[in-house]
Amino acid sequence: MSILEQAKQAAQGAAQSVIQKAVELAPESWLPGGKPDPLIHQKHGLIGKPVSRIDGPLKVQGKATFAAEFPMDGLLYASVAFSTVPKGRIASLDTSAAEAAPGVVLVMTYRNAPRMKPMPVFMSNAKAAGGDNLPVMQDDRIHWNGQPVALVLAETQEQADHAKSLIRVTYEAEPATTRFVEAKAQNTQPGLFMGQPMKQEIGDAEAALAAAPVKVDVTYTTPRHNHNAIEPHAATIVWQGDELLVHDASQAVTHTAWSLSEVFGIEESQVHVTSPYVGGGFGSKSLWQHQVLGAAAAKLTGRPVRIALSREGVYRMTGGRTLTEQRMAIGAAQDGRFEAIIHTGTVAMTHHNAMPEPFILPTRSAYAARTFKLDVEVTYLDMIANTFMRAPGESVGTFALESAVDEVAVALGMDPVALRMVNEPSEDPTEKKPFSSRNIVEAYRTGAERFGWTKRNPVPGSVRDGEWQVGMGVATSTYPYHRMPGGAARLTLTRDGRMKVEIAAHEMGMGTSTAQTQVTADRFGLQLDQVDFAYGDSFLPGQVLAGGSQQTASIGASVVAAQHAMVAELLKLAGNDSPLAGLRADEVGGMEGGLAKLDEPGRHETYASILSRAQRDEVAVVGSAPPPLETMHWSMHSWGAMFCEVRVNSVTGEVRVSRFLGSFDCGRILNAKTASSQFRGGIIMGLGMALMEETQFDERNGRIMNPSLAEYHVPVHLDVPEIDVMWTDIADPHAPMGARGIGEIGITGVGAAVANAIYNATGKRIRDLPITLDKLM
Amino acid sequence: MIPFTYARAANTADAVVHGSAAGAKYLGGGTNLVDLMREGIEHPAGLVDVSGLSRDITETDNGGVLIGAGVKNTALAENRLVRTRFPVLSRAIVAGASGQIRNMATVGGNILQRTRCTYFYDDTGSRCNKREPGQGCDAIDGFNRIHAILGASPSCVATHPSDMCVALAALDAVVHLEGAGGKTRRLPFTDLHLLPEGRPDVETVLEPGELITAVELPAQPMAARSTYRKVRDRSSYAFALVSVAASLEMDGATIGDVRLALGGVAHKPWRAWKAEEVLRSKAATQATFQAAAEAELADAVPLKDNGFKIELAKRTIIAVLGELSGVSA
Ligand SMILES: Cc1cc2nc3c(=O)[nH]c(=O)nc-3n(C[C@H](O)[C@H](O)[C@H](O)COP(=O)(O)OP(=O)(O)OC[C@H]3O[C@@H](n4cnc5c(N)ncnc54)[C@H](O)[C@@H]3O)c2cc1C
Ligand code: SF4
Repeated sequence: MSILEQAKQAAQGAAQSVIQKAVELAPESWLPGGKPDPLIHQKHGLIGKPVSRIDGPLKVQGKATFAAEFPMDGLLYASVAFSTVPKGRIASLDTSAAEAAPGVVLVMTYRNAPRMKPMPVFMSNAKAAGGDNLPVMQDDRIHWNGQPVALVLAETQEQADHAKSLIRVTYEAEPATTRFVEAKAQNTQPGLFMGQPMKQEIGDAEAALAAAPVKVDVTYTTPRHNHNAIEPHAATIVWQGDELLVHDASQAVTHTAWSLSEVFGIEESQVHVTSPYVGGGFGSKSLWQHQVLGAAAAKLTGRPVRIALSREGVYRMTGGRTLTEQRMAIGAAQDGRFEAIIHTGTVAMTHHNAMPEPFILPTRSAYAARTFKLDVEVTYLDMIANTFMRAPGESVGTFALESAVDEVAVALGMDPVALRMVNEPSEDPTEKKPFSSRNIVEAYRTGAERFGWTKRNPVPGSVRDGEWQVGMGVATSTYPYHRMPGGAARLTLTRDGRMKVEIAAHEMGMGTSTAQTQVTADRFGLQLDQVDFAYGDSFLPGQVLAGGSQQTASIGASVVAAQHAMVAELLKLAGNDSPLAGLRADEVGGMEGGLAKLDEPGRHETYASILSRAQRDEVAVVGSAPPPLETMHWSMHSWGAMFCEVRVNSVTGEVRVSRFLGSFDCGRILNAKTASSQFRGGIIMGLGMALMEETQFDERNGRIMNPSLAEYHVPVHLDVPEIDVMWTDIADPHAPMGARGIGEIGITGVGAAVANAIYNATGKRIRDLPITLDKLM
Repeated sequence: MIPFTYARAANTADAVVHGSAAGAKYLGGGTNLVDLMREGIEHPAGLVDVSGLSRDITETDNGGVLIGAGVKNTALAENRLVRTRFPVLSRAIVAGASGQIRNMATVGGNILQRTRCTYFYDDTGSRCNKREPGQGCDAIDGFNRIHAILGASPSCVATHPSDMCVALAALDAVVHLEGAGGKTRRLPFTDLHLLPEGRPDVETVLEPGELITAVELPAQPMAARSTYRKVRDRSSYAFALVSVAASLEMDGATIGDVRLALGGVAHKPWRAWKAEEVLRSKAATQATFQAAAEAELADAVPLKDNGFKIELAKRTIIAVLGELSGVSA
């Protein structure tokens, strides 16, 4: 038995799946009037159980093959040299010493790189995955400090790195825009995020603010951040004739394959991208120049290439989260009701990407208010393209919004939880649509009770423990439900009664494959170890970006669609000799390894029996998910209440988070264990954002000065207290499985919960992240 | 990495012979040197591995301790003599780096580790007088949160990053050296490191090829009441923004004697002579502590990002003296 099988069997035992009733088919669409996914009512199956990750044993034994671990004959190793000026042209380029160095097979620069088109930049096309749309080593132009200017291929990584260090480049620098304040003064443009304008006004918010008896009108700032996945970006790349095979670390295999085909001018079907295991992505594992350069170099040498970025390489070649400067103004009536919410400001972006950090997103749906004014303006810098980082928009936007709500509560002398309840909207306040499911009040109630919120002393600076000042804070967290178009899955049922799900989705350590195996098993009435979940391969059906926390819904809807096709096919095969004879698809459901009549479970036949009678070894079908119309009819968001206790040292200003609790409302939770890890991981990342994370971008020349985990601080174990998580588990009737995504919400609201707790501890309001000790001295 | 030779020294004499060759460098645990070689900052022609030499910690006749230069940081911090007689040293060591690094790092290497200035590390993209004398210093107007407030120069504002060294400075440690031709000498630890002045690339008074063979801690009875406090940007695995090492002897309510040193503030572990002067024989009061802190920091010069360190250093000094004397605010 394979390790995987053993793990699944163990998990199966733990979960004691007892499905005695057939589970009917889910609806084919999620439109209004449709019935909810029947799995929502499936309470005794595998769904929700804390099944351990099925890929866990492989990983801890080092048997999971990551992108930089695929063995290949004749493999060459790449090393990349980066520019040291932000803008200009290469004046001289001396590669002779590198070429003569031991083991070197190729030094590629703009002079000898093959002709390629720029990468299709994210959001320019449904399948575009490029981080930027600049020429990739095609000319002598420099667009950012850290741009690749040469790539060395050698027989070993050490030889490549050494030869790289021998390359001499000089530049003719040109005046660059690298200072945010100067860029902002020159020009700002309205931001456009995924085709949507980031500008909205309802009523006259400025007038309402001016007239409001209580108001807060302040500026919050957040710095640049970098993703620091444990696995730096890497790819192992080979050309097989005209076909390109890329073993990538990816959260967008299909998008990457299509985009690479555009770059090299070949058919999409000629590019095969696989990504079986990914050591964390957080939005950064898309297509950047390294895969393109690796493929180009593989083409020139006719040999396979491994390009594994150093940590510095990750900072220089792949973008992070951009900085934001946010004006946040709230006007409130004496009873706490919001008269005006103004959330406007500016973010830095580049001319070669389209990612205006959409910090207003959480503000659109969080609170009822009479008037709104929302606006994200963009200013352009000469820097590496910024990109998506866990909860783009919401993570930094909730810092401003939820800090300001706390400031209003202070101004009103009101409990911040109570203030939030007063402003609970009955429908989405800016989209004017009903909420599909919103139980934030419940999340607050249960969270506050468990955390002991009533024990908080509302007077700032009043609780002391020796040198330490102690305080509690709270903030709302939120992230939308997304389901992008293009989901599709293939189901293959084999005569031994096993079901294989194949979909071009991704497992980056979140537990996707485990949770979806549980779901599929329940849907079909199978055991956990009878389901195989195949993913991470662009040749599989579907186009399922691991982004926007949408994989759960996208995969769920795709499997539902395929199940309809599968059941129709099986009923045909079952024929007249089956207990199922004459039944329609809507009369049957999955139960005990086969199909059964819904109201007469005795009429049952196993999948194995159907196939063997029909003398079929397997049945395979493909189903495509319906368009995501549910989001047009409902405002669909997940919510949470974040409670935090901090200790602030009155001598040194050091902050220690001593307790944290996240109480979530994310629809049905599919796997209690992997969900807890997602929530906790997000919260830990939020603690980093609150207290220490900052990319040091030297505004004199646009150079990142801390491209290393020694100098870019993320929380260490000692910075992370025990984190308690809980959830309402109230299913969303308009989402597959009743589940909204959970991957990103954990980071949202954390910054404000920490800042609010610090205010309660010290009376100091810090509006500039990260909250380092100097700001509290 | 540039090709280099490697030799494991058989004994001290052998080490010094190899270490005196042009371009040679001693190798301790390699946790700093090898990193710098990978980054292209250091390019020794040869490495002389001295990590196997002098790994003993022995008690000296007068109640002090002699620590071999090859003693691992972890072993030193765990040593019972050190923990009981010089707790400040144990605490300083465990406040530094990570368990894994301390398991590799040696006493000699820790003393001679180089600055963490990020411009020093950016071989291709930044100017640095320490790396390339005369090139200029990009840190002075750049990110300098972790840089010096005391004893800096227009050439260089870097700090010495070690925690262990701050304790050694407070403990009146003596460094044992052996140079070319077997010439040995002893040097007060506080005289080993230099301020940057015009030559930040010259960091110590060591002569080429000179080897640290041991560090001696003379008896210091008051060090039994000593401590180390490190202030940093996260709970662990970060360099000191400011740190304070101190031993204190009380004579009733009066300060009998005191040793005080600061970390994270200067190009060298900073012995706070001026503060000590103010403290000796004074009543142990908040006002005395404050006066001492003010005296020590009187010449401090803030840079763009690190002005807070002046106040932080003062507060930390006062808090540590308060803790050791039992006189708190
Ligand atoms: C991520 C990270 C975080 C860290 N955090 C901290 C921290 O918080 N606090 C702290 O104090 N330190 C910290 N360190 C630094 C660590 O303490 C040093 O790297 C270590 O002490 C160096 O010892 P080593 O034996 O490995 O030295 P090596 O790297 O082997 O050598 C360092 C230098 O000493 C010279 N040398 C070594 N032995 C001798 C000798 N006997 N005689 C003469 N010259 C010699 C070498 O030639 C070299 O120039 C950190 C390091 C890293 C990588
Ligand atoms: S402070 Fe010193 S080490 Fe840093 S860049 Fe300037 S000269 Fe170099």
